[in-house]
Amino acid sequence: MELANIEKLLEKYFEATTTVQEEQELQAYFSQDNVAPHLQEYQSMFQYFTDLKTEKSTRNVPLQPRKNYLKWISVAAVFILTTSLFINEWNKQRKAEETLADFKMAMSLVSENFNTGASHINYLTQFEETKNKIFITKNN
Amino acid sequence: MKQAEFLRTVLPFKDKLYRLAKRLLVSNEEAEDATQEVLMKLWSKKSKIEAYNNVEAFAMTMTKNYCLDKLKSKQAGNLKLVHSNYRDENTSLQREVELKDSVSFVHEIMEQLPEQQKIIIQLRDVEQYDFDEIAKVVNMNPTAIRVALSRARKYIRQELVKKHNYGVS
Repeated sequence: MELANIEKLLEKYFEATTTVQEEQELQAYFSQDNVAPHLQEYQSMFQYFTDLKTEKSTRNVPLQPRKNYLKWISVAAVFILTTSLFINEWNKQRKAEETLADFKMAMSLVSENFNTGASHINYLTQFEETKNKIFITKNN
Repeated sequence: MKQAEFLRTVLPFKDKLYRLAKRLLVSNEEAEDATQEVLMKLWSKKSKIEAYNNVEAFAMTMTKNYCLDKLKSKQAGNLKLVHSNYRDENTSLQREVELKDSVSFVHEIMEQLPEQQKIIIQLRDVEQYDFDEIAKVVNMNPTAIRVALSRARKYIRQELVKKHNYGVS
């Protein structure tokens, strides 16, 4: 780029009326090696700005993605605890029901046997009647 | 907003935040701290991020405010900032030797500028923001920014010329 143009741009630059693109042209001009001698004093300024652009942050961003990890663990723990309690309780109840059923069965067995026992008493009454026919008692 | 998505929006301008912080706070460590702090704040506000149409300008403003607060508390605590880690990177050896002195001299001049002008110079000459974008960060109108920018650039030139003449005569 011709020198006159650069000088004009520089003038505008110090009035801060250059566009971003014109400033890029200036920076490009000053970062090459053959800068006109009377402009060399500005070179360090543009060089400095060019250098600054290469600065980079080296530290990583420590975000906390596991922040609600603990919360979920506690939720899971509570869930497991309640289900195990519930299952435990349910098991107990089932066992009780089973015992009750067993007991009922035993009792019904007993009553059945008792009923067969009781039905045999009929023979006894028959025997009593027949006996009364044969043996006439005093008060008859 | 998921972490990956957040990083995708934030990482492109993370270095810009760092450079702005470094311009104001001078030391590497403090600039890193400031960047981290600002990003953490952004992360905690991640649900609102989508509402901002310009996250970068918002983050830059946060960085600026954070650094100015830091500087204020520094001054109150009577601590002086000393910089010892200025290096110009990525220059060929010859150029480095040639320019090292005068480039670090520019750095010294920059240090003398008031904070507002430092921020504007950084945003314009390093990050190449246009005036509207700068206006969002520093909360000034474009004309005032132009005046401040011109003043800052002229100040650097004046100091450079002074040094130049001094060296010659």
